[in-house]
Amino acid sequence: MFIAATAAILMALSLAIARAIWGPTVFDRVLAGNSVGILAILLLAVVGFLTGRPAFLDIALTYALLNLIGTLAVLKFFRHGDLAYDVEERKP
Amino acid sequence: MEPIINMALLTMLAVVTVAIIGQRSLFGVVILASIYSFLIASVLVVLDAVDVAMTEASVGAGISTVLLLAALHLVKTIEVLPTQPRLPPLLVSALAGVTVIWGTLVLPPFGTADAPIHRHVVPRYIERSIEETNVPNLVSSILADYRGYDTLGETTVIFTAGIGVLLLLRGTRRRGHNDRAD
Repeated sequence: MFIAATAAILMALSLAIARAIWGPTVFDRVLAGNSVGILAILLLAVVGFLTGRPAFLDIALTYALLNLIGTLAVLKFFRHGDLAYDVEERKP
Repeated sequence: MEPIINMALLTMLAVVTVAIIGQRSLFGVVILASIYSFLIASVLVVLDAVDVAMTEASVGAGISTVLLLAALHLVKTIEVLPTQPRLPPLLVSALAGVTVIWGTLVLPPFGTADAPIHRHVVPRYIERSIEETNVPNLVSSILADYRGYDTLGETTVIFTAGIGVLLLLRGTRRRGHNDRAD
């Protein structure tokens, strides 16, 4: 069962990478990058159970938090063109 | 099963690397570099180096993406084609690659138990670590006790680099405010 799940995740990973490489718009690429992060988390969890050591599951939490930070930074960059944008500072 | 997963992940790594080289939009390069980090972190997880994988994911996929985006804010987002000839750099990097591969030929096969690195100090660590350091985790006892000075030096370097970056960023921020006031 875990082998089938691993195969499915690897398949999805290759599809997401294809979208990141060919994606015509920026948002395709952002979404594909986010998907790859999520699939890496899933792969980490499934491989942990596949090899009989699910203790590494906690590290998946770190991945999840980092993925969020990366995506937020990308989206903020696109909304404001600046990572250090502060709404309060720009108020007249 | 593990070799198959590794083969699939390494193939994707190669594809992403070629795509990074061919990509002209620097924003796409940033996204692909973050994908590359997640893939290499997955390879490291499959190879059982979970601590290295966590470092790679946090530094490569997390912090590097943010830093590269911040750099992208300062430069244009389309890569300009090089004006100099490309052949000499290609030759130099090909030569360096061949040298590295040639160096790996004399290494013992992957996972050999009686490789020199496993016979030097490792047996002593495994035998005496608990009674000498009272740390239940072997890796932690090596990093924080046997190699304590090494770790202290690394931490000092990172701390100094952090102070330097903070001072530099503060300098530019203040200058920016002055410009706006003028």
